[in-house]
Amino acid sequence: MSQWLPIEQIARSVNSGELKAQDLVKQSLKSISDNKDFDAIISTLEDNALKRASEIDKSVATGKTAGRLAGVPFIAKDNFLVFGADTTAASNILRGFQAPYQATAINKLEAEGAICVAKANLDAFAHGTSTENSDFMTTKNPHDKARVPGGSSGGSAAAVVLDMAPFALGTDTGGSIRQPASFSGCVGYKPTYGLVSRSGVVAMASSTDVIGPLARTVEDAAIVLDVMSGKDPLDGTTIEKQDGYVNASGDLKGLKVGVIKEYMKEGLSDGVRQVIEEAVSKLKAGGAEISEVSLPSIDMALAVYYIICPAEVSSNLARYDGQRFGYSDPEATTLEASYKLSRGHGFGKEAKRRIMIGTYVLSSGYYDAYYKKAQIVRTKLINEFETALKNVDFLIGPVAPTTAFKIGENISDPLKMYLCDIMTVAANMIGNPAISIPAGLSENLPVGLQVMAGKSKDKELLGVSKQIEEILA
Amino acid sequence: MINNDIRKKYLVTIGIECHVQLKTKTKLFSGADNDAREAAPNTLVNHIDFGLPGALPVLNKQALELAARAAFALNTSPQSFSKFDRKHYFYPDLPMGYQITQYDEPIILGGHVTYQLGDELKTVNITRAHLESDAGKSTHASGKDYSLVDLNRAGTPLLEIVSEPDMHSSVEAKAYARELWLNMRYAGVSDANLYYGNMRFDVNVSVSQTDKLGTRTETKNLNSFRSVEKAVDYEVDRQIELLEKGEKIIQETRGWDEAKQKTVSQRTKENADDYRYMPDPDIPPITLDAAWLDHIQQSMPVLPADWRSKLSDLNLDGPNIETLLEAEVEHEQTDYLKLIADSLDDPNQAKFLANWFVNLEIPLRASEEKLNLPNDQRKAAYQTVYNLSKSGKLSSTNVKALLVRLLSGASLPEDIEAYASQVGLIQLSDTAEIEKIVVDVISQNLKAAEDVKNGEMKAIGFLVGQVMKLSEGKANPGLASQLIKKQLGV
Repeated sequence: MSQWLPIEQIARSVNSGELKAQDLVKQSLKSISDNKDFDAIISTLEDNALKRASEIDKSVATGKTAGRLAGVPFIAKDNFLVFGADTTAASNILRGFQAPYQATAINKLEAEGAICVAKANLDAFAHGTSTENSDFMTTKNPHDKARVPGGSSGGSAAAVVLDMAPFALGTDTGGSIRQPASFSGCVGYKPTYGLVSRSGVVAMASSTDVIGPLARTVEDAAIVLDVMSGKDPLDGTTIEKQDGYVNASGDLKGLKVGVIKEYMKEGLSDGVRQVIEEAVSKLKAGGAEISEVSLPSIDMALAVYYIICPAEVSSNLARYDGQRFGYSDPEATTLEASYKLSRGHGFGKEAKRRIMIGTYVLSSGYYDAYYKKAQIVRTKLINEFETALKNVDFLIGPVAPTTAFKIGENISDPLKMYLCDIMTVAANMIGNPAISIPAGLSENLPVGLQVMAGKSKDKELLGVSKQIEEILA
Repeated sequence: MINNDIRKKYLVTIGIECHVQLKTKTKLFSGADNDAREAAPNTLVNHIDFGLPGALPVLNKQALELAARAAFALNTSPQSFSKFDRKHYFYPDLPMGYQITQYDEPIILGGHVTYQLGDELKTVNITRAHLESDAGKSTHASGKDYSLVDLNRAGTPLLEIVSEPDMHSSVEAKAYARELWLNMRYAGVSDANLYYGNMRFDVNVSVSQTDKLGTRTETKNLNSFRSVEKAVDYEVDRQIELLEKGEKIIQETRGWDEAKQKTVSQRTKENADDYRYMPDPDIPPITLDAAWLDHIQQSMPVLPADWRSKLSDLNLDGPNIETLLEAEVEHEQTDYLKLIADSLDDPNQAKFLANWFVNLEIPLRASEEKLNLPNDQRKAAYQTVYNLSKSGKLSSTNVKALLVRLLSGASLPEDIEAYASQVGLIQLSDTAEIEKIVVDVISQNLKAAEDVKNGEMKAIGFLVGQVMKLSEGKANPGLASQLIKKQLGV
């Protein structure tokens, strides 16, 4: 059992004075310290967090309420800019960089009384599926220290599962919230593209980056989403939020649920298949109308992703040039040397690999063959999903083909590592919401069930996810 | 040196790319102040302009509005769909490592500019115009082992207007540049202050003896009409000289050396960078709302071409019209054209205003003469002076003298006519009084009077002169002449 109450109850108790925000922060910090050997956390914000907590307690003592997340500690992936705190994106090139402004998502959470206590480990710049690409350390899976927690939000997922805080923030560009949620065993929610502002979050691939919560329950994730979401004048791609994310309800009875055929074929490990098939039977028993849905272009989603994502990565990482902030190589004596040495030494292998692929696919003469073609397939994919989601209410399938793999198992084979994203990238390419819900264990390792919905159907997805969560529990 | 006979063998072809700095309050993609003219370096910079991690550009809607106004000023409408792209290169004054520009779906496609060249009306077609953000400013101090970067200008909105190669002489190039400048000013798109580099011209020049265009060079960053003209002249002669020697033109970017009055090679196109253009995923494509666009079109002011036709209806000549059109934007809030337009019901009055603007007020202001009269009182001043002149109370010499006095004063006298009279500028139009003087003059100049009677009309001039002298210049000379004739019975 978790040491944390549901988020709604924590906030209620803090607002009533029953619980002290300072105690909650201390509890969180203690848990972080107790679980140090999992390497989930890059830095803690102890002083700031305790200060904010005491302000909240004082404010409550004077009879005020401190918001819907009053006193709730949380952990942000270290690619969120938190004012005055180190923000490294787990990369050497940003080591020591202190954020001079703050992410909109953090502002909104703080406005409702939440307290950021720590920054979680990730694959550097969110490039990866295991946290092994972190320039600092590899986070260990809470269920088996020899295994990865998934990634790139592996630190956030492990932190939630290890009870370090009631929730953590992640980013999901190709599966980086859902896949670690599945590997580590918590709920991971990827909202509709644009629902949460990306302002103040280190960009990976701007057209697919989304921000979302990792939490113990769907309802906890829903509250956090509700607070963070909505149009932001600092992000032109944001969209209006809708009412009803919190306490959303859904009824499985008569609901049309399509199992994605392409995700269930060869390549899926037996263990995961078994858990997912059991989950499907439970949904059926719960009254859902299950059918098999084929999305032929989905096989191309990964290829498309690994063209568009590196293209945007190569562009988004251009600003790390050693001239204004972050690592600047002290040996450089000319501008060109400064660029080459700062970037050469500051970026890790995976960032360099993606910069090179991205630069290649965007270069003149290759743009049409790669980037443009990828965008055409992306549009085809969007259309296929739209059609499929006219016939069924939700699509389901596994989150990843396997359970958490061993640390070092895939590290020398980038292609094998990229395959971890094969079942998650489609949602990013089309911009639709998707969730990973704990569905059971296979050989003592967690397996997540992925549920996908139509664009902006976040409320509906959260509602049905609560039903599914209950059935699978 | 090239002589005219050789020059005549070649057809010169010129296209111009002009960067117009939009006068938005804030930058194209950030809330930082856009007026970098007098600001200390790096004071108008926020996290977006600085390219910090996580900073996202958000399109400034005012820039869109100004681009739409520019489109109407270029005799077209903005595209209902356009988008932004990233153009990548590394340089310290480009903080994000890419410039945000519009690559293949610009805000403006087509349009044209017409201008007057002597008696001819010429047209230059517009290929396209796109929005983009400016880079910062790099300063490379000589002898220093560092360069300085000022990011105040980074993110300033620019509209790059690309013309078709429709010009064929340096005079045409200069005239087009000036016309573009006038239009951007009139449409309220830009301050278009050339001194501050609000408009910068890149001229593409080629020469050819056949129908096929020759290899062109691009001379960048010209910041005056004169340098546009001079750079074209220089390039034309340089290219002809090379061709005459049997050499080839290298396609390249050149700069203008103002001190030496010549173009200099900067970079050949063969080493052109690969900018790796891609659609900017941070900025959603732009779709313009028809009602919004309609509203902007309704708010467009009268543009230079329309003023020209209005003013030529008053029989003003070309050079005077151009003087008015330029002064209108150079002398802020003087509203020359509005004052003229307001009095079009009385074409004589309108003409009177145009005449005294061109011949008096504009030169006075141009020579930085101190004119203290508040602008909003000028209408009344001109109105009264016109009425006094019309009723014969002011000679044209005295119109000028009175206007100078009125425009120099801090405010208008309560009774302008009384004031004019007091300072001795009102001419005598009282028949009885002038008649007395006339009688005196005739009695003192009998010989001349006799000449007039004998039909020697030249002598009237002499007598009028005497009347003027005796009246200390106040007599209405026309009236005096009539009265002399009446007295002498001719």
